[in-house]
Amino acid sequence: MLKVERLTKTYRTAAGGELTVLREVSFDILAGASAAIVGPSGSGKTTLLGLCAGLDRPSGGTVGIAGESIGEMSEDARALVRNAHVGFVFQNFQLIPTLTALENVLVPVELAGDSTREPEARELLGRVGLGERYEHYPVQLSGGEQQRVALARAFMNRPKILFCDEPTGNLDGDTAAAMVELIFGLNWEKGTTLVLVTHDLELARKCQRIIRLKSGAVVSDEVS
Amino acid sequence: MNFILKMAWRDSRASRRRLALFSLSIVLGIAALTGIGSLGENLRRTVELQTKSLLGSDLAVTARKAFDEEAMKYFRGVGGEVATEVAFPTQLNFTKGTGERKLVQLVAMAGGFPFYGDLVTTPAGALAQLADGKSALLEETLLVQFGVQVGDEVRLGAASFKVVGALKKIPGDAAVIALFSPRVFISPAGMEATGLLKKGGFTRHRVHFKLLPGVDGDALAKTMKETFRGSRFQFDTVEERKRQLGTTLKDIYSFLSLVGFVALFLGAVGVASAVHVYIKQKVATVAVLRCLGASGRTGFAIYLVQGIGLGVVGSVVGAALGVAVQFVLPMVMKGFLPFEVELFISWSSLAKGAAAGLVICVLFTLLPLLTVRRVSPLVALRSALGETARMDPLTPVVYVAITAAVLGFAVLQTGNWKTGLGFTGMMALGFGLLGGVAKLVSWAAKKFVPRKPLTYVVRQGLANLHRPNNRTVLLLLSLGLGTFLMINLVLVRATILEKIMGAGAGARPNLMFFDVQEDQFPKLEKILKDNGTPITVSAPIVTMKIESLKGRPVAELLKEETMVTNRGPDGGRDGSKAGKGGGFQMRFGAAAKSEPLVRDSGRIPAWTLTREYRSSYRAKIDESEKISSGAWIGRAKAGEPRVPVSVEEGLSKDLQLALGDEIVFDVQGVPMRTYVASFRTVEWQRMQPSFFVLFPEGVLEPAPKTYAAALRAATPADAARAQVAVARELPGISAIDLALILQTFDGIFTKVAFVITFMAGFTVVTGIVVLVGAILTGRFQRIRETVLLRTLGATRRQLTQIQWVEYTVLGVLATVTGGALAIMGNALLAKYVFKTDVVLPVPALLASMAAVVAVTVLTGLLANRGIADHPPLEVLRNET
Repeated sequence: MLKVERLTKTYRTAAGGELTVLREVSFDILAGASAAIVGPSGSGKTTLLGLCAGLDRPSGGTVGIAGESIGEMSEDARALVRNAHVGFVFQNFQLIPTLTALENVLVPVELAGDSTREPEARELLGRVGLGERYEHYPVQLSGGEQQRVALARAFMNRPKILFCDEPTGNLDGDTAAAMVELIFGLNWEKGTTLVLVTHDLELARKCQRIIRLKSGAVVSDEVS
Repeated sequence: MNFILKMAWRDSRASRRRLALFSLSIVLGIAALTGIGSLGENLRRTVELQTKSLLGSDLAVTARKAFDEEAMKYFRGVGGEVATEVAFPTQLNFTKGTGERKLVQLVAMAGGFPFYGDLVTTPAGALAQLADGKSALLEETLLVQFGVQVGDEVRLGAASFKVVGALKKIPGDAAVIALFSPRVFISPAGMEATGLLKKGGFTRHRVHFKLLPGVDGDALAKTMKETFRGSRFQFDTVEERKRQLGTTLKDIYSFLSLVGFVALFLGAVGVASAVHVYIKQKVATVAVLRCLGASGRTGFAIYLVQGIGLGVVGSVVGAALGVAVQFVLPMVMKGFLPFEVELFISWSSLAKGAAAGLVICVLFTLLPLLTVRRVSPLVALRSALGETARMDPLTPVVYVAITAAVLGFAVLQTGNWKTGLGFTGMMALGFGLLGGVAKLVSWAAKKFVPRKPLTYVVRQGLANLHRPNNRTVLLLLSLGLGTFLMINLVLVRATILEKIMGAGAGARPNLMFFDVQEDQFPKLEKILKDNGTPITVSAPIVTMKIESLKGRPVAELLKEETMVTNRGPDGGRDGSKAGKGGGFQMRFGAAAKSEPLVRDSGRIPAWTLTREYRSSYRAKIDESEKISSGAWIGRAKAGEPRVPVSVEEGLSKDLQLALGDEIVFDVQGVPMRTYVASFRTVEWQRMQPSFFVLFPEGVLEPAPKTYAAALRAATPADAARAQVAVARELPGISAIDLALILQTFDGIFTKVAFVITFMAGFTVVTGIVVLVGAILTGRFQRIRETVLLRTLGATRRQLTQIQWVEYTVLGVLATVTGGALAIMGNALLAKYVFKTDVVLPVPALLASMAAVVAVTVLTGLLANRGIADHPPLEVLRNET
């Protein structure tokens, strides 16, 4: 499902130099599998996630999602791939503050021109325990509730692969545990491939694979 | 598309109050534009109507002999109303007292003249009494000068008439006044009874037209000229009168147009700065949308829809407000208005204002919106990535489109390519300069602000100028442009008013005496001085004719077939044919400055060769004159074979003169060889003794001459007293009281001055509101950091001081840069648009600049007031 080959990312610094944050990273993740990317701060985890999800272009190497090589695609073409195959859960939820919970969940399908799937969105919100909060705005929801809306949104376009960036990083212990349960439950139920970036080794161990990064390079890739 | 509209609507929900605030600037800008457009149209019509009263009709056709049946049939077929007038000079005999006689202009009118303006008599309605054929209406000066009372009898030719009243004011004054004869009005039947008509060698026949709405007087006059070619008719139109008024009215229209433009531009700058701030806050939303699969175009389109919505709402509300303003303001200010305005809604101005407002608003919104296209989805992961530093390739395209729209609008508003181009150029220069200064300030604040000995609040205030997300460029641009435009208005207003007041008001003479013999002049001076109305301007007048031009005798020139022989029925331009000695040129008199019937290039109008010139001599040219080429020579050298003279430019064109050309004048039997040493432009508008040909001192002194003298009488009573005193001591001297005519002109100029003040004031207020808006939008950016500082222990006083430093620096810089631009702009406008000298009212300039700094600082502080009261938790949680 996700194929990463010799992926490199280099940034230009303000001083005119270059800063390589990822060096020749390669791995494959099969359809329906789950993988955690772990590593210390500054190891390149989020950069790797962004490249894998097609949010940025690599400086070298290739990324393939569902058989499509996205590295060379234009930003708009990658956007189409994201809309068709990818779901996201962010550490800071990233709900659109001006939309209600229901509207937030509907965005991916409405973007694709499908405005018939409100019942499904309601059902998903019901699945994450927000059946009574459809019309609430993000600001009216707690952190855990916002993250559950984000999860419902992530599954709305029936993604083939779900990327989670520190999905429990902003949540308390109990809420985080409930969230993890939901992520893995839905992932299993929908048959989605899961890639998550986390500091939390306990969470990482719930995945089938753990890819460890250090200074932009893969230092280990093990089955948990 | 559906998603874009849906998303734009949904996304606006939480920001509608803020968007309303943004639209406030464009609402007010468009309100100003439509209000100015509509009110300007109203006022323009009022002034137009006032101008029409100068002629009293839309078109007047004058001839030396009675119009034949065919001509009258044609005139009646034009449509509208027609009035006729016959006038000729004759003797008025006063039967009372000494039985004095006076040369007057006898006028008989039939029809509804005047069609515009009022004919004022004392007692009111005296004109109607003329219908009996035995009554006469005398100009007020005659009654004053000869002590005639209403009810007295006067004699004209074979008939006697009862004086039924005094004529105080009549539209079309100028033409008659230029004949230098007081007027006596009787009915056509009364004129028949005098038996004088057939003897009237100088009879003037005139037909006045009140045209149907939509009929162009100028175009009709042109058609008539063709139809009656060779008939020696003279045509007078309102447009012609307006041209004679100089360029003053044109200046006013140009200025009003620019005022509207300024208002819109200010509004657009306000919207652009507000949208810039708004979009910055939408970056995260756009990034999320990009993550979820939205293309760059989709994100851009969502906010473009909001921008268009903003523009549409702003335009509609602005236009409605503009209408309300034009209706409400005159009502509120009724007591202050010097005249009544008949209000109507100018739909064209309204539509034009709203459409222009929408286009300019959307274009200005595009600039900050382009950022949306470049928002990376990565921002959802790392907000620090923010915007890309690279310029969007469409940015130059949008700048070009804005420039084209601004240029197009400026040209449309001013009706002049050069003015529009100049204005757009000035705007671009303003943008560039202010942007450059802002960058420089940011850079300098970062580079040169020392840690010591500055206090924390000063350092923090200065650091605000360069920190990430600083608003230095934005605020300096909006404040600076606002300042530039507002101060420019103040300066331009002063320049235009100075021009108008210089030409139309102040201490102009309003009482003239002419036919003053040389030996009478000292006595006249004394009488008037003793009366408390001393002479302010006087000039010697020597009559002469052209004997030969460029070596060719006039008789020979006149024989040439190419010569234009037809001459305006009122003769020359200075009224000399009436047999009076005045050399004054009056700007408002058609006859005083009437054009010959045909004045083609390549032909010398005959009248310019045959007329009697009333020339003067002086050491210096006066302030109403300017040497356009050659050199003024104020004193002739003794023994010089040829005398250097200065010729008025218009006449020089008629006579096809070049510098150095020789003119031999016949000065009352003595040939005098002269050469053209200079050409002069003469502001005929001024009530100054002005002449076609001016001689230097040292030549004409021995020639027989008369004098013309003028003075300013403070009140009509002073003027009357002066006339009575002069008539008693020097009965041969004629007087003309210009007070009535000046009243008309003062009326127009008062209105014009009011229009300028009102419009400029309205736009200045709009500008202040836009400035307030620009600062208020910054509030949303400031809340978070202020709350953080507050959380970390900053006192309210410290926060205020930080803002003081930042806003004072921005205010001073914006004012200095904007002020410099305004001075530059005013100089360019004065030179190229208004064609007048630059006026720099330093006190007004300094006051305006101080006001802008004060408004900036005050608004900054007021706008941020209450921020410190926000519960930090609420602010931090909402990430406002």
